[in-house]
Amino acid sequence: MRAGIAVLALVLALSPAMAAPLATMPVKLKVGDAAPQFSRTDLLGKNFDLKAQRGKIVLIDFWASWCAPCMIEIPHLSRLQNQYGGRGLQIVGIAMDDSEAVTRQTMAKTAFSYPVALGDAKFGNLYGGVLGLPLQMLVGRDGKILAIWSGEVTEAVLDKAITAALAKSGGDRRRHDP
Amino acid sequence: MRAISALLCLLAALLLAPAGANAAAGDALTIPTAVVIQPAELAAMLKAPGAPPVLQVGFSVLYQQAHIPGAQYAGPGNKDEGLENLKSHVAALPHDKLLVIYCGCCPWEKCPNIAAAYNQLTAMGFSKVRVLYLASNFGADWVDKGYPVTRGG
Repeated sequence: MRAGIAVLALVLALSPAMAAPLATMPVKLKVGDAAPQFSRTDLLGKNFDLKAQRGKIVLIDFWASWCAPCMIEIPHLSRLQNQYGGRGLQIVGIAMDDSEAVTRQTMAKTAFSYPVALGDAKFGNLYGGVLGLPLQMLVGRDGKILAIWSGEVTEAVLDKAITAALAKSGGDRRRHDP
Repeated sequence: MRAISALLCLLAALLLAPAGANAAAGDALTIPTAVVIQPAELAAMLKAPGAPPVLQVGFSVLYQQAHIPGAQYAGPGNKDEGLENLKSHVAALPHDKLLVIYCGCCPWEKCPNIAAAYNQLTAMGFSKVRVLYLASNFGADWVDKGYPVTRGG
């Protein structure tokens, strides 16, 4: 009996289904899913906690210094943050550079009007695998994903989605804040 | 007159220079179409005996999340140290060995790595380099299509 269990364990251990290298990928996020919680110190030393943004519209921008389309989008995002920040938009950049020094060099040359934190492979997996840039996710006031853009997206498209999200459920925060 | 001659000489030099010499780091469009292979073709090659070595010449943070099974990290192609990394990975291979490189960090025509890596290998004398075409990125054109993936670095 004991020998049988041992053989069974050996067979299971050697079966392709148990092989570690071809492990399944993290579940890809889709519109309507809850945005995975994260809390990171940004590159200015301030904490950014996604949960603390509840009630705001959050745009998560996965970018990197080597990503030409991402660099084109940063001035658009900075403008959108300046334009809609007072109405409840919070953009956060997640830099997927291989080193912090590279991100800091880019930030020294580029104007960001929103916080930027460092990402890594673990963070990428948390968000279903960030396996190509640019990648952006718009998160609603309830913490659920409203839109996902993979690849370059125009400022007009983002503007339209952001204004629609700001107008929906909860409306313009300025009208509700005392 | 002298200025016009100089301008004509410069124009002639630019027109006559080989395509490879003009290839900027981000110019995947300079890679000859004859060496470009599609994901389905590579997936079939990987199943067959004697599959070629596969090298990821993009960024480490992407490789660490997921890569083609058996692929080694040999990048990034947009940095001198990345090209040195690539050189060291192929140093022991015969120059007529079939090998495959890929990146998929961003859309093909915007990739800063793949053309530089291809040019490096051809400059070293490798005659059978194949370049995996990933139109949008590795996630969309390989992982989401259900081709085999290994997670982790």
